[in-house]
Amino acid sequence: MATTRHSPARSVAAHAILIAYTIIALFPVLVIVVNSLKTRNAIFRSPLSLPDEETFSLVGYQTVWAQGDFILYFQNSLIVTVASLACVLLFGAMAAFALSEYRFRGNTLMGLYLALGIMIPIRLGTVAILQLMVASGLVNTLTALILVYTAQGLPLAVFILTEFMQQVSKDLKDAGRIDGLSEYRIFFRLVLPLVRPAMATVGVFTMIPIWNDLWFPLILAPAEDTKTVTLGAQVFIGQFVTNWNAVLAALSLAILPVLVLYIAFSRQLIRGITAGAVK
Amino acid sequence: MSTPQTEKHPVRWHIAVFLAPAVIVYTTIMILPLFGTLQLSFFRQIDREAVFVGLDNFRTLLLDPRWSASFWNALGNNMWFFVVHMLVQNPIGILLAAILSSPRLRLAAFYRTAIFIPTILSFVIVGFGWKLILSPIWGVAPSLLDAVGLKVLFAPWLGKEEYALTTLSLISVWQFVGIPMMLIYAALLTIPDEIIEAAECDGITGMSQFWKVKLPLILPSIGIISVLTFVANFNAFDLIYSAQGALAGPNFATDILGTFLYRTFFGFQLQIGDPNMGSTIASIMFLIILAGVCFYLFVIQRRLRRYQF
Repeated sequence: MATTRHSPARSVAAHAILIAYTIIALFPVLVIVVNSLKTRNAIFRSPLSLPDEETFSLVGYQTVWAQGDFILYFQNSLIVTVASLACVLLFGAMAAFALSEYRFRGNTLMGLYLALGIMIPIRLGTVAILQLMVASGLVNTLTALILVYTAQGLPLAVFILTEFMQQVSKDLKDAGRIDGLSEYRIFFRLVLPLVRPAMATVGVFTMIPIWNDLWFPLILAPAEDTKTVTLGAQVFIGQFVTNWNAVLAALSLAILPVLVLYIAFSRQLIRGITAGAVK
Repeated sequence: MSTPQTEKHPVRWHIAVFLAPAVIVYTTIMILPLFGTLQLSFFRQIDREAVFVGLDNFRTLLLDPRWSASFWNALGNNMWFFVVHMLVQNPIGILLAAILSSPRLRLAAFYRTAIFIPTILSFVIVGFGWKLILSPIWGVAPSLLDAVGLKVLFAPWLGKEEYALTTLSLISVWQFVGIPMMLIYAALLTIPDEIIEAAECDGITGMSQFWKVKLPLILPSIGIISVLTFVANFNAFDLIYSAQGALAGPNFATDILGTFLYRTFFGFQLQIGDPNMGSTIASIMFLIILAGVCFYLFVIQRRLRRYQF
């Protein structure tokens, strides 16, 4: 059987296609990062060559450092992402536990209600969300963003976590009940640790769109001291359009942290995506 | 709540406690504003007062020549944006997943990780990065084409009305191809080995095995990917805004519903922002997305056969 599936020619073809697509996927990112380390002349004269002693320069990064407030932007993005993520995971897990564990009237309806948001994007409510935030004085605060992203992340989180919580052994929970654990303790002590892998998957899925979002920071929190990295980079690039060193450096600075995080967690992410598959 | 027989309790408060935070945040920040936006689309500001005008805003948007041209342009562009995704992104995703899932492929983890990288990048990076790479000022794209002897093909793709939208769609495909790849890959892994072995015993291998055995089994995943793509495309904004600005140039050639909504709601240049017309556009987007999702749920999904192993 192995022979029918693995002729060398097929294997070479498979690798050729994958390598070609990998190059397509990585090339633009590499071009940006590599050129951000070169002098202005070198960027234009030989965009495809690596920086050498003569052409190496950090002038772009110096401009970004001097002109943009990227540390503050990073801090804002970090606060917004971590806080929303924590809320989504905690609230989502709690709701998923209620939906998967208890039979009560309206259970299915509640599940459907919460799942609506998977298909209907929260952006369509922007006009009224802005009015709501203006009315409650939350415009240009990070709280506004955290609330919106929590609402945005919850539907998918509840949906995925419900599926996973249904697989947690009933006997274990009943044993906990016989030992006199309250429902809250059963949730926090028994169920939550068991669904940790699913939480990690949901976490990654929730985090990426929040970190990368441009729409809500642009509309709800465009002030200088609440800008997120994505919006900050967008505005900075708009102002420095002709300063290629600075633009490339700003782009690289926006790429690198996400890239490092992704490479650190990619195993977890991919295992999470395929978790349903190999269970 | 310490008694074991929770079933006999008249009110099980813990259920409410578990549900409350999620339901409250979700309802106030998402569901109510969604209906609020729908409601706003039936009003108009006349002398600083909200006046109920029924379907007048919709009539203006669809029929008034000052609005309808922009609207139909945005809708048509959005359709094309979606078509390009369906025709390019999903087949490439399926192809890559099919190759990746072949057993004992070396370096599979590396390929998966690398091909997924563009998906995690923000639209600002993708939009602006590609804008630089395709720029005729910077020679990356022309010199690459020159290397393979196709320099004549080069054009400032993002600056030409006839190419700009397709170029942006392809950039978006480049960014998101990782998602269908991963979902299909996961679906292919669920196919039990016995089925594949049975197929091989019957002499079905290679390409015909993919078409006759695996593809029918992953059709439900392809359906889900299609509807996710539809929702994402009709709600897209960031990439166009990052690459072409709110005016979605050249000459509105890349204007889609998201950018049209943004300009209408916030105003641009001389036009003043109009929350009511903005809501009207958002409502239409809502209806389009709802129609697409219902079509998927009631027409496509019912006809797809799901196999339980």
